[in-house]
Amino acid sequence: MKRIVDEVREKGTLLSDGGWGSFLIAKGLKTGECPERWNLERRDAVLEAARSYADCGCDLITTNTFGGNRITLAKHGLADQAAAINETGAAISREAVGPNRHVNASIGPTGELLMMGAVSRDQMYEAFREQAVALERGGADACLVETMMDLEEACVAIQAARENTKLEIVCTMTFSRGPDGAYHTMMGVTPEAMAAPVLEAGAHVIGANCTLGPADMVELARALRAAAPGVPVMVQPNAGQPEAVEGGLRYPETPESMASYVPAFVEAGANILGGCCGTGPAHILAIKEALSRMPQR
Amino acid sequence: MSELLAQLAVCIERGKVNKASPYPPDLRGQDGAEELTKQALDSGVAPSDILEQGLIIGMGTIGHKFSRNEVFVPDLLMAAKAMSSAMVQLKPFFESGQARHKGTIVIGTVKGDLHDIGKKLVAMVLEGGGWNVIDLNVDVAPEKFVETLKQHPGAALGMSALLTTTMVNMEETVKRVRQEAPSTKIIIGGAPVTDEFRAKIGADAYSPDPQGALDWLNAQVA
Repeated sequence: MKRIVDEVREKGTLLSDGGWGSFLIAKGLKTGECPERWNLERRDAVLEAARSYADCGCDLITTNTFGGNRITLAKHGLADQAAAINETGAAISREAVGPNRHVNASIGPTGELLMMGAVSRDQMYEAFREQAVALERGGADACLVETMMDLEEACVAIQAARENTKLEIVCTMTFSRGPDGAYHTMMGVTPEAMAAPVLEAGAHVIGANCTLGPADMVELARALRAAAPGVPVMVQPNAGQPEAVEGGLRYPETPESMASYVPAFVEAGANILGGCCGTGPAHILAIKEALSRMPQR
Repeated sequence: MSELLAQLAVCIERGKVNKASPYPPDLRGQDGAEELTKQALDSGVAPSDILEQGLIIGMGTIGHKFSRNEVFVPDLLMAAKAMSSAMVQLKPFFESGQARHKGTIVIGTVKGDLHDIGKKLVAMVLEGGGWNVIDLNVDVAPEKFVETLKQHPGAALGMSALLTTTMVNMEETVKRVRQEAPSTKIIIGGAPVTDEFRAKIGADAYSPDPQGALDWLNAQVA
């Protein structure tokens, strides 16, 4: 299979997938239940989610393994299942997309901060190593170290994947916008400060995901593009900020409004477009449609 | 004495735990919060003055900077570490009644949600602001909140959620608390939470950051 970085060079802008959570919730995932457990116990439901994105024509799809490191799984009493959960998660997505498209397997944060001292750097490295190795064994060709807030944790995860697998590595962090209009992660990392360390740790693609909607994500794409010339940039915006409505929550961005940002994303230098919370196949299809109307770069 | 307490406030704000601590680099080798608190106690400064004029001032400065995005989580964590090294020494005086908390707050992350970093930061800032914090940790059921509030009459309640899927669980807790401990002041927070959501579920306050929660709580007992 081609490397993602080569495909970006040849094809221009690639299409990734959107959120998975709402699928699983619709299938009966309970609040507080471990979504990754479903790889083992509700394989068909997870496969259906993966297929819905494969059917959109995504160039890359992710996996249901966001919280699949053993530190996070331990909170559900599932640490000893870490390898099986990740291997199966990757295999499910591989089954959905077939051999020629990318399985960009999700590796989320541990939920622990290194500087709080409850988890050591070595423990974190080992948890990410175990996860990355299992994802590769399950058929992933890339991993998405995603939604990171702490630069050190991001770099530990990247190094663990880089030193123990042949996976291509995408790293995204999640930023919010401060009152001064500047973007920072919870730990104070700016897009400018993110680029050099994660590339040095071994990431092949950098990006931003979650927290913010498409308008802010365009600005983040621009900042990352400037900070890392020549490196592919991936963005996965939320469908805006959720609003409380009768009977639950609603995300304001429709597939159409989300897709209206596609020209701005391409202009800002984004190379891989997808979605995060509140996005589904309809958003991804609308983005695909908008991309098809863009002149090839 | 005021010089010593001003210095102590700086150590809290800068996260200078003790003399041996290498952080922050520009204060290396100097006395930290631990030593200065001891010196203040040894020279007869009232524990309540150490708290009010040293620790709370330092935590307030860093808390407000955090609210303004001038500093971030690592800075707040270091300040909280310095704070707790001082609080350990003040603990006996709280127990004997020579120093008093401003009030008690019961906090926790709601049922179904295992995220504790944000809630922990709030707990640290509230403690640093002179509040007695009863932290029920994560995945806290409505009954548990209610039971704890009944054991601590007059305590406020703080709830946190990181997920859009779990923040809705705040609503049930608010309902039960309104029935079973109706005088309780309730404040909520967490990434997806908004003031609009607060109004919808009938909590008393929302804060986007720890210092905002502290300022609101202080206003309730002022």
